[in-house]
Amino acid sequence: MTEHSVIMDRQGGLMDRLSDALWRKPGLLIFLLILPPALWLGVIYLGSLFALLAQSFFSVDEFSGLIQYEFTLKTYRELLRPSNFDIIIRTVVMAAAVTVGAAIIGFPVAYYAARYARGKWKAIFYLGVMLPLWSSYLVKVYSWKLILAKEGILNWLFETLRLGWLLNAYLSIPVIGGNSLSVSATGTFLVFLYVWLPFMILPIQASLERVPLSMLEASGDLGARPAQTFRHVLLPLALPGVIAGSIFTFSLTLGDYIVPQIVGSSRRFIGQAVYAYQGTAGNIPLAAAFAVVPILLMAVYLWIAKRQGAFDAL
Amino acid sequence: MPSAIRFTGVSRHYGNVKAVDNVDMDIAEGEFFAMLGPSGSGKTTSLRLIAGFEQPTAGDIHIFGHVAQGIPPYKRNVNTVFQDYALFPHLNVRDNVAYGLMVAGQAKAERYRSAERALDMVALGGYGDRKPSALSGGQRQRVALARALVNEPKALLLDEPLGALDLKLREQMQEELKSLQRSLGITFIFVTHDQGEALSMADRVAVFNEGRIVQMGAPEDIYYRPEVPFVADFVGSSNVLPPEIMREIRGVDAYGALRPEAVRRCDAGHDAQVRNVSFLGATTRVSMQVHGVAMTMLLPKGAEIPAAGSTIQVCWRQDDLHVMSR
Repeated sequence: MTEHSVIMDRQGGLMDRLSDALWRKPGLLIFLLILPPALWLGVIYLGSLFALLAQSFFSVDEFSGLIQYEFTLKTYRELLRPSNFDIIIRTVVMAAAVTVGAAIIGFPVAYYAARYARGKWKAIFYLGVMLPLWSSYLVKVYSWKLILAKEGILNWLFETLRLGWLLNAYLSIPVIGGNSLSVSATGTFLVFLYVWLPFMILPIQASLERVPLSMLEASGDLGARPAQTFRHVLLPLALPGVIAGSIFTFSLTLGDYIVPQIVGSSRRFIGQAVYAYQGTAGNIPLAAAFAVVPILLMAVYLWIAKRQGAFDAL
Repeated sequence: MPSAIRFTGVSRHYGNVKAVDNVDMDIAEGEFFAMLGPSGSGKTTSLRLIAGFEQPTAGDIHIFGHVAQGIPPYKRNVNTVFQDYALFPHLNVRDNVAYGLMVAGQAKAERYRSAERALDMVALGGYGDRKPSALSGGQRQRVALARALVNEPKALLLDEPLGALDLKLREQMQEELKSLQRSLGITFIFVTHDQGEALSMADRVAVFNEGRIVQMGAPEDIYYRPEVPFVADFVGSSNVLPPEIMREIRGVDAYGALRPEAVRRCDAGHDAQVRNVSFLGATTRVSMQVHGVAMTMLLPKGAEIPAAGSTIQVCWRQDDLHVMSR
């Protein structure tokens, strides 16, 4: 009878010994896997963020145009000048409008996908939501410029339906109107809504997938009408997804400088201001101070969301 | 007794799948009624038809005399305890229990008082501030019970209410549910695949198989007088004797059911080849072949235990061999 050994004495090579070493120290493997992304995020991203933050505390000498490397809050005071502060308000209002719009349009789509779409229809849903992300951002924005232009299909549609007067009446409203949709704030809003919508739908869909059907049935069983079930059960449980989506739509809108440049009025947004100040104007400190605004806004937004219990269902 | 729930020829088909197929039943007010069957037998779908989560494809459902078709769940005065409890994770225990009263528009102070009373009733007084995630399985179950009962439903529906609990807790909850039902006096309808649970708790049991009710009656009838082989086999695993054997030993052309504990060893009876012997604690189970049919026998403590592979003699009283009607 041959004696069975409990321990296989397989003669291992280098890879074998490496596997054994990693098996004995699982922490080492995690460390090795985390290291490259940690370096990338920590050093390159956080590093440049702090460099940016530091720049915003410098100022530009008004006569020489040179950067003075001394700590000052002068640049931040400049942000509060009416012309600059208007840019901030305009951007925040636009980002908020885009976020609310995306949530209102995205929720039913996400709900359908999470609750009813199965098999083939689920695949079609993912394709439909993701497909726009495959084509170039610039191509999409320029297509929208054509759609919204005075000679574009939307205008044509309104004229054909004899509703041209309605569109013109809308465009004559100050602030949101303009010569045509493509040079109005409404146009900017529509394009933002389109390009960021997938970033709202997908997180909401993910959070709705995790709400068991029995939860909704229980609510109805206890006497809640569908609207009450939505208000008291579905929305609170989907809120982390809505918040996650809104972080995307809000911050992406806050920082974007291409969409308002191509579609919209000549009034600037934060991204355009940053682009202009760090480029031709050579005012890096003011550009940096502008760039800090979205970061602060997001921090405040997340803090309020947490305080309001938006993540309690997580 | 007036009728609480009445099914008249009720079917629920999904395409070719007959989840519930032509079911008739009449559940009396104040009755503790069990729907027993294996998974996919239609018992849960029947419960969901009563709650209103499903609509019948044929037949009529009456709830306390009213036609139930087309009435949404939120307009039915029945409440459900869900298999997974379905407690709302974002609300604390008090708000979970008060939910039904909240959506009905009751003032906060009043509904919280009712919620506390309901929590006291299930021995969870003082747990109102906790989140469901901080409770054990048994506690969650009680919260689900309180949340349903606080609405004072005319009938309580329980979907496998004890399925997720361990054995000891399950036995304790069985007794509590039973006494709760007695003290409240309302109709309890519960779904289970556990025949012990159905027999010990219910006043009446409906045994489901493949979308139909195969037998309905008192627990003793279901246990001792099964009408079809399925019931004999499913409810407490009786030995089922086919008509060929019954003709030979009893002279009737029908299936027979013989409880394993009714079989005993004797000196001159039926030849039995012992296949397997398992010690179960209070009893010992012997698997054997009798007249070419697989049978089991439960021997009490102290009986002589045969060896596997041996041939022994077994007997039973004529009365214990139940002749099935179908």
